[in-house]
Amino acid sequence: MRREGSAFQGVGAVFVKELSDNISSVRMLMLELLIVLTAMAALYEAITALRQNTAEDPFLLLRLFTVSQAPLPSFVAILGFLIPLMAIGLGFDLINSEHNRRTLSRILAQPIYRDALLLGKYLAGLATITISLTALWLLVIGLGLIFLGVPPGGEEIARSLAFLVIAVFYAGVWLSLAMLLSIVFRSPATAALVALGIWLFLTVLWPMLAPAIAQAIVPPDPRFAALGLDTPGTAIWTQLLQRFSPNDLFGEAMLAVLSPTTRTLGPVFLDQIRGAVMGAPLPFGQSVMIAWPQTVGLIACTIVLFVAGYVLFQRQEVRA
Amino acid sequence: MSELQHTSAATRRDAVIAARDLTKRYGRTSVVDAINFDIAKGEVFGLLGPNGAGKTTTILMLLGLTEISAGRVSVLGFDPARQPLQVKRRVGYLPDAVGFYDHLTAVENLAYAAKLMGLGVAERSRRIAAALTRVRLLDVADKRVATFSRGMRQRLGLAEIIVKRAEIAILDEPTSGLDPQATIEFLDLIRELKAEGVTVLLSSHMLDQVQRVCDRVALFRAGKISIMGSVAELSVKVLGAGFVVEVEADGAGIARRLAAIPGVGNVETLAEDRFRMTADRDVRADAARAVVAANGALRRLSVDEPSLEAIYAHYFQATPPGGVRDAA
Ligand SMILES: Nc1ncnc2c1ncn2[C@@H]1O[C@H](COP(=O)(O)OP(=O)(O)OP(=O)(O)O)[C@@H](O)[C@H]1O
Ligand SMILES: [Mg+2]
Repeated sequence: MRREGSAFQGVGAVFVKELSDNISSVRMLMLELLIVLTAMAALYEAITALRQNTAEDPFLLLRLFTVSQAPLPSFVAILGFLIPLMAIGLGFDLINSEHNRRTLSRILAQPIYRDALLLGKYLAGLATITISLTALWLLVIGLGLIFLGVPPGGEEIARSLAFLVIAVFYAGVWLSLAMLLSIVFRSPATAALVALGIWLFLTVLWPMLAPAIAQAIVPPDPRFAALGLDTPGTAIWTQLLQRFSPNDLFGEAMLAVLSPTTRTLGPVFLDQIRGAVMGAPLPFGQSVMIAWPQTVGLIACTIVLFVAGYVLFQRQEVRA
Repeated sequence: MSELQHTSAATRRDAVIAARDLTKRYGRTSVVDAINFDIAKGEVFGLLGPNGAGKTTTILMLLGLTEISAGRVSVLGFDPARQPLQVKRRVGYLPDAVGFYDHLTAVENLAYAAKLMGLGVAERSRRIAAALTRVRLLDVADKRVATFSRGMRQRLGLAEIIVKRAEIAILDEPTSGLDPQATIEFLDLIRELKAEGVTVLLSSHMLDQVQRVCDRVALFRAGKISIMGSVAELSVKVLGAGFVVEVEADGAGIARRLAAIPGVGNVETLAEDRFRMTADRDVRADAARAVVAANGALRRLSVDEPSLEAIYAHYFQATPPGGVRDAA
């Protein structure tokens, strides 16, 4: 059955309203403060560490993103942790709040499809996050210029832009998860709790569970252990399992893009590095190729979650 | 009763809403069970019935907001399931317990809705100002809706329908929760809509108000339309007579003459000079003529209009509700 009219009619109106709601909300202000403050702390540590080194590194700017100085993790690691929080904060009540305010049936009685409402809200959330991340990115570049005193090269800018794009995709995964939960659960509190539970599980518990499960599947070989090495089978399984977490995909993609010397993200076999000049940076294109599967994984995850939410929302009763 | 249903189900040429065997099932229970009705252009049509009778469900099906399980419905010639945008462009809806974005002002709320309707900037602000004037909310136009009372929200919801220039206004329990004064004002607004040629479909529990504003009503029960028609028609069906006329007059053979008036059911002699008759129409003029023709002296002539309240109470008492479900 063909529907008449465009599914996108009204997306613009919803987008503009939601974006202005997001930007002016106290909630957004808090989330941004949290992210900026933690990120600044990480950057401060990174800058102090880098100034002690001599500026021989051709990718000094990128080191700002990745250097970690105990006790603080690196800037990228902090973002990997906080971006989900921000996305969940924006998404956990996207749909159920419309139900609870009893605005949903009134809005859906206007000449738009439900698609428009969902898409407009989603894009507005993503745009909000993109704006914040871009501001943060400019902050990093600016601080790098001021305190390290080296102008960034073209490739560094390209790589850090790739970071920005992948970070937005990563936020997209969590935003669509939060939106799905806001459709499933009528109560925003429940949706938020479930989303935070999933977030904690994937960022804290899963990295510990994955090796344990991998060891159960392929028990470590004592001959490798005797040499102080990981059993290849176990390591492969560990990585495979860890990749179920979007955090891991994000981390791997960041590693490939921001550390130009990264040649592969899996366990390395000797024949794979035959002829490689160890420690030499890869060209930008090659790094992107390495990060590509992870990025596609993030996008696919977003699409699956969004479609699930879409299907549920289409069949949902509008009455409160 | 079924005869009345049949006449109403007959297709009218000027019907703007026509439902045929319209059915909504949740699981195996039919919440709306094969109902038929037609609403003519410019008519005010009332949906009545106890909680959970299926009024809101019917309304949602008309708007394409919930799937139709069986049957057909056409709204202004469109099928709400297949052409929802066409329908929603022309039909205004005021949900029961309507909600607004509390952090936005009245104007901002209407502007958002107007944008979704696809109106341009200039047109939007012109229509919004006009609509707010009509519902007398102009002086609070820039206040946040969080500060609005129930009555003001209800009027703001009506303003949205006015902004839309809807051909059909569907109002779900528009007067519930309003005080008597606010109710009267709201009903006046509904009458203004009718005067402009807008077809109004409303559901309500407030029977006397429905009676005051509706041209025809449909009594819902357990998903079926039990009876439908104008209040006078219903009172004939349910109470056996529409009007009770009392006559006080001297003269010979008045009772006989009164009984001979067409439409009069029976004549009761209350006293020597006082008679009460039940009729299916307002027969005061005929009664006066009858008294004069009998050379009688007419002293008093009064009529009790049929009340929907009496019809409703009588109907639902006479036929106890079987399996009326709780409201959603
Ligand atoms: N999603 C649902 N699943 C199952 N049953 C439902 C659902 N929504 C509504 N119902 C049932 O449908 C019936 C009709 O509900 P509806 O809201 O149409 O009644 P109503 O006439 O509008 O009542 P009220 O006067 O209380 O507003 C109720 O019995 C309700 O329990
Ligand atoms: Mg209802």
